[in-house]
Amino acid sequence: MSYLAKPKFHHPALEVNALGLTHRDYEGAISTLCAGCGHDSISAAIIRACFELALPPHRVAKLSGIGCSSKTPTYMLGQSHGFNSVHGRMPSVLTGASLANRELRYLGVSGDGDTASIGLGQFAHAMRRGVDMVYIVENNGVYGLTKGQFSATSDKGSKSKKGVDNPDSALDLAALALQLGATFVARGFSGDKGQLVPLIKAAFEHRGAAFIDVVSPCIAFNNHEGSTKSFDYVREHNLALNSLDFITAKPPIVSDGAAGGVETIALHDGSTLRLRKLADDHDFRDRSAAVALLERHSARGEVVTGLIYLNDEAVDMHQRLKTAKTPLNALAELDLCPGSKALEAINASLR
Amino acid sequence: MSIQAVNDFVIRFANVNGSGSASANLLFARAILRMGAPIAPRNIFPSNIQGLPTWYEVRVTADGYLGARGGVDVMVAMNPQTFDADVASIEPGGYLLYDSSRPIPASRLRDDIVALAMPLTEICAREYAEPRQRQLFKNIVYVGALAALLDIEIGVVESLIDEQFKGKARLVEPNLRALRLGHDDARSRFDCPLGVRVRRSDAVGDRILVDGNFAAALGAVYGGATVCAWYPITPSTSLAEAFERNCARLRVDRATGEKRYAIVQAEDEIAAIGMVIGAGWNGARAFTATSGPGISLMQEFLGLAYFAEVPAVVFDVQRGGPSTGMPTRTQQSDILACAFASHGDTKHALLLPDGPAEAFEFAALAFDLAERLQTPIFVMLDLDIGMNSHLCPPFRWDDSRKFDRGKVMSVAELEQGREFGRYLDVDGDGVPWRTIPGGHPTRGAYFTRGTSRDRYARYTEEGGPYVDNMERLLRKFETARALLPRPRLRKARQSTRTGVIHFGSTGASMDEAADLLAGEGVHIDALRVRAFPFGPEVGDFIGAHERVFVVEQNRDAQLRTLLMTDLGVDAAQLVSILHYDGTPITARFIHREIAVRSRGVGAPEHRKRHRELSGKT
Repeated sequence: MSYLAKPKFHHPALEVNALGLTHRDYEGAISTLCAGCGHDSISAAIIRACFELALPPHRVAKLSGIGCSSKTPTYMLGQSHGFNSVHGRMPSVLTGASLANRELRYLGVSGDGDTASIGLGQFAHAMRRGVDMVYIVENNGVYGLTKGQFSATSDKGSKSKKGVDNPDSALDLAALALQLGATFVARGFSGDKGQLVPLIKAAFEHRGAAFIDVVSPCIAFNNHEGSTKSFDYVREHNLALNSLDFITAKPPIVSDGAAGGVETIALHDGSTLRLRKLADDHDFRDRSAAVALLERHSARGEVVTGLIYLNDEAVDMHQRLKTAKTPLNALAELDLCPGSKALEAINASLR
Repeated sequence: MSIQAVNDFVIRFANVNGSGSASANLLFARAILRMGAPIAPRNIFPSNIQGLPTWYEVRVTADGYLGARGGVDVMVAMNPQTFDADVASIEPGGYLLYDSSRPIPASRLRDDIVALAMPLTEICAREYAEPRQRQLFKNIVYVGALAALLDIEIGVVESLIDEQFKGKARLVEPNLRALRLGHDDARSRFDCPLGVRVRRSDAVGDRILVDGNFAAALGAVYGGATVCAWYPITPSTSLAEAFERNCARLRVDRATGEKRYAIVQAEDEIAAIGMVIGAGWNGARAFTATSGPGISLMQEFLGLAYFAEVPAVVFDVQRGGPSTGMPTRTQQSDILACAFASHGDTKHALLLPDGPAEAFEFAALAFDLAERLQTPIFVMLDLDIGMNSHLCPPFRWDDSRKFDRGKVMSVAELEQGREFGRYLDVDGDGVPWRTIPGGHPTRGAYFTRGTSRDRYARYTEEGGPYVDNMERLLRKFETARALLPRPRLRKARQSTRTGVIHFGSTGASMDEAADLLAGEGVHIDALRVRAFPFGPEVGDFIGAHERVFVVEQNRDAQLRTLLMTDLGVDAAQLVSILHYDGTPITARFIHREIAVRSRGVGAPEHRKRHRELSGKT
């Protein structure tokens, strides 16, 4: 239960990161989700990614909407401020938070109901505004907390637990994010942490709207025969484009360059991606190719995972708005209040 | 007998929307102001960009009564669509200036008014070649004619034109020419000036002429607002736009071009308030500006801000409701929707400015209150305050004033080991301490949520902690009561058992109505409430009077409902006077309604009586 504190003791030889923090320093309260829930694996991947990046936990703000997925920020990053807002509206709250302080890292956690239905509008506008954030959708194709209704990402013809076929077409959130102007788009699978952790790390280091659609089977309501979001289905139909290694702010390791099909890519911010292409010869910097790729594979019932699109020259919301470098929430009277002299001039202009 | 009046009349311009009349009309109004005569200008405009009828009226008011008076003494009828109705609206003995380029049969005029025929279209067709010029300069031509007719110093109008087009000599000359054209033509055609006229005076003093939306926006700049998220909606749009204009002038670093503010035009009002809440949570002063439909959309988020205790400022520039209602007309009909916004048990603090000066003051104050109380604060303007220019005292600012950031526990305090519980009532005032994200590395982080939780922000659905929290929110509401602006009392000259409570844009008309009534021997004490929840003075005031009229601009007596629920007042003691047709409430209306109820007989035709009483001809 979430109000039970986890024991603090740990093995003295536990791995530490560049900040001298252990993995435990990035954990949160104990999850109250169902045992085996895909979402818990995603939380674990987020924790791992933040630990490996050595992000100071208190400099991350984690925000969510409403639903099973939106509960998960409680179960990670216990030293980070969190905000469990209202259904489908995490993007606006996060946008406002980002406006107030451009220096924090923002993690938005949402679900397919929260993003693809009630929150579709806010999702779209956060992407097109280039809000500097990591937007993770824990996508299980079903409403879990209300016990098993189809969601808008549920594939047409996919069967509910009660055996009913879904008559409506599915929204592909990754494809939408591409169209909407997200400058980092990836898809992961909660069952493949090796692939997911580097994607989350790369997303955190991206300055701009980074979107990751993570297929995350619902053990209670959407893991049966006939579902296209079950562990078995996703494992059988997973088309992993690439495997990634993300190294922040380190010079590229040239020797790895061509070996074993691994490509080393220096990004504009000085960090490095090492990427091994697995399927399809996809150029992740080509947006229209990415749109076509998703279309092609989804028609075959395949689930494309990996890094789908990256524009590492993105211009984020603050750059567009030309906001001061100092966070707005740190400005004081002298920066903000023009004073009585300026007011006299304004009065004079109104006579 | 035609109306004779110096610096005391109402002139109305009937125009076609989009014909460029607005700037000419404003020029006319400012010329009178420059001559030292107080004015109360008002726009009556449609939800339309081009083609529909629009009116602009200027009340010239030697006594300084700035409310809408009602009635028209001089009509400038420039809109054929509304001509007949416009003519019908003129007071007996009034004046009509109209375009006689096309003959108008005498049957469409009236015997009891002075009709002034001037072939404006013809004059402009003769003088100007381009159709657009003909239309635009026609407006300046009638301003020139009115200057002659109303004895407005032509030099004053000329210098205003000079100022307006400063640096654009190309525009000054043709405008001056058009002005002269009208002036000279009127002089040759009519016996100038008319019985109603303007005389140089010194009754304006240091007052300024400004609209409430501009004032509120400027107050937000002075109050330290850095984040504005909004969605366009009449009549609040010009508030967000004025914030942008003022920030561009006052908050941009000259060297780097960096902005010490951020403005986002959101995708809808829900996102706008979401951004405000996100920014407030993260320690920035943030606001949105909206109107009734926006308030309806924001309901869920407003409940979150109330329950999770996040500072936010909402400017509601009220218009006629319900639904889309009357988008370009004024009302005070969002009072209850804001006071009790959102589902569940909620109540919110409202500030009720009476005009631009208070809009400025309350706007700046709202940001202090929002952070001190960690809750949404509503600044309730209306279309009349927000979009009409009002003569008001100049804006003032005390340079020693500091922002009240409220109870924010600092990194140093956390480091010293001070206990932090997000919803812990340490001080007994119901206001807990908060931390701003990103501060202390290991202390002070908490989880904000709209679900119930205990004093340490831990999720719980237990009844005890839930009730404990809800009771604390009530204590906080009492703290708010003590912090909000006190009401303003205007005592009658004689002791009286009759009182009146009013608020917001009703103020100016109420003051005038009280004078009118006093002239007839009806004495009333008037209390203008300036905030909800009400301070103790309001209950005392009601207790001290036998009967209290509650004057408001909505159908359902929303303020009266608030008075009853907040103070437990006996319903029978509060008598409603309601005006809600979308036009600003007038002194004539209030006077008549109170007079009828006070004497049980119809009030006399008050304008004549007013003149007799004030000794004017």
